[in-house]
Amino acid sequence: MTRLKKLFNTKSSKVLNVYCTAGYPALDSTLPIIAALEKNGADLVELGMPYSDPLADGPVIQESGARALENGMSIEVLFDQLKSLRDTSNIPVVLMGYMNPVLQYGFEKFCAAAAAVGVDGLILPDMPAYEFEASYGAIVKKHGLDFIFLVTPETPTERIVYLDSLSSGFLYAVSASATTGSALNFDAVDTYLQKLKQMQLINPILVGFGVKDAASFELASRHTAGAIIGSAYIKALENSVDVTSTTAQFLSSVIGQK
Amino acid sequence: MQQTFTNPNEHGYYGDFGGAFIPEMLFANVAQLKSQYLQIMDDEDFKNEVNDLLHHYVGRPTPLFLAKRLSEQYGTTIYLKREDLCHTGAHKINNTIGQIILAQKLGKTRIIAETGAGQHGVATATVCALKGMECIVYMGEKDIERQAPNVARMRMLGATVVPATSGSKTLKDATNEAIRDWINNPTNTHYIIGSVVGPHPYPDMVARFQSVISAEIRKQLLAQTGTELPTHVIACVGGGSNAAGAFYHFLEEPSVQIVAVEAAGHGVQTNMSAATTQLGTPGILHGSKSLLMQTPDGQVIEPHSISAGLDYPGIGPMHANLYSSGRGLFLSATDDEAMDAAFHVSKTEGIIPALETAHAFAALDQIKWKPTDTVVICLSGRGDKDLSTYMQKLDS
Repeated sequence: MTRLKKLFNTKSSKVLNVYCTAGYPALDSTLPIIAALEKNGADLVELGMPYSDPLADGPVIQESGARALENGMSIEVLFDQLKSLRDTSNIPVVLMGYMNPVLQYGFEKFCAAAAAVGVDGLILPDMPAYEFEASYGAIVKKHGLDFIFLVTPETPTERIVYLDSLSSGFLYAVSASATTGSALNFDAVDTYLQKLKQMQLINPILVGFGVKDAASFELASRHTAGAIIGSAYIKALENSVDVTSTTAQFLSSVIGQK
Repeated sequence: MQQTFTNPNEHGYYGDFGGAFIPEMLFANVAQLKSQYLQIMDDEDFKNEVNDLLHHYVGRPTPLFLAKRLSEQYGTTIYLKREDLCHTGAHKINNTIGQIILAQKLGKTRIIAETGAGQHGVATATVCALKGMECIVYMGEKDIERQAPNVARMRMLGATVVPATSGSKTLKDATNEAIRDWINNPTNTHYIIGSVVGPHPYPDMVARFQSVISAEIRKQLLAQTGTELPTHVIACVGGGSNAAGAFYHFLEEPSVQIVAVEAAGHGVQTNMSAATTQLGTPGILHGSKSLLMQTPDGQVIEPHSISAGLDYPGIGPMHANLYSSGRGLFLSATDDEAMDAAFHVSKTEGIIPALETAHAFAALDQIKWKPTDTVVICLSGRGDKDLSTYMQKLDS
């Protein structure tokens, strides 16, 4: 059984997925951050691969990516860092990034390397569904990786069903048509998430964009399996002198002391 | 749609290049455009409205001018397609006229655009003023500093100019910011992309709006020479909108040599260049797969050209296919060669071209001409906006 399947089999509500940018705030922060997230109650890590032109991201995550690139992060460096990931850690990890760096690395080589270091799934927001169906999806499956598509309040019902059928692991529900780090209108979001719940999709749903603290985590998880926090955590890391204690503090502010 | 050099397939591919690599947040918008643009553009009322404005507002058809002194110097026959005489001073308005009317048909009330040198921003602000639509133009912070007159023009036309402060603070980042705006305003906003780049159907749609250039060239050549087809068509290429328009109706005519001229900057081998086909590899930027200047890690490289309009690390997928298939001849001209060409054309024909356009003229020195050749150069824009750069040369 995949780590993601196991996670959602044992926990079907208030699953907390935390986004961090590989190589941020320092080049070698990646593994200590994953360890701290696991230790302090996160259920899942979404590890961002920095890119020069991240279209779906707001200023906070953009800035963290630019810093990570300056620090020397690349896919090559990241896979090297992740070699020891599974020596100590068992938390599911999904890689999030944009198509271009992955294609330059080589799509198949990328999937093979990700699977080899114990990565569980991929989120590539600019992967077109029909290209996934026609070619890339088979490669992802061959290497035993989950692939997570995004849906938004603007996604028509039949397309939600279609994207759910292409996804495995979970389905990423973007809370509003916005870039990451935007503020949330909870009445509108609540209606949309209720609709998703009633659709009885194949995959569990995690809600992202605009989830930043205990209150928004609570609201976002009301109708779904859980939520994803990104920009708020990156902000917390910005001036951190010790990523381990910052992570502990941040997670306790969202889900309480572990 | 049958895939040709001119037309992409249903997924927006010209050969290996094109497609729509966009996050789901943009899917509904792009899908709406994709499902409706051909139908709208084919509608008689739409065509009449566009043609009426192109005629009475833009000043089309623009002249096809026989450049006698240049022809003599190069020992051949050279015609200039005078896009510099369009309202606002460049070909860019051919596309913004079409897209603003299309945006109205789609029920959109708010227009966003990206701009580098400011020509597309001015052309967008102009049609928004004409139609009474809200207009927001994203422009790199660096470009705002170096293109002050165009910033003033946009503001005078009622547009809001928003500085792009991320990344390299130039055209690439202005485009990122415009796309992010579109993600955040999915229902009321239309994004008028200024070049033949972006996710399908933008490259095809912009090429179709610009194709009026080559449609007119064919008619005018026939009237002036008795034959519709030149032997060569030359245009400068950044993203490639004036080139797409000038090439469009000649791409399926094998006897016509297509010549695209890129900006070599300080020189193709200097790391200060924007010659994408020479320096690029297949990659994805701004929603389509094309040739792209990038590091081995797939991070996008900031290009260099003296002309802000060619200062772009990618190229439209139609052009990437013309390059890789061998249909087009791709040349490049350096900053210095373009400057020299601008001064030469000014003194020889009494026309001060834009710096972008000057690259196309510089390529005249790179081809061995025959007296029997008929060459058409797309004179895409006038040089008023580049006067400060030209003045530096005059003073030196």
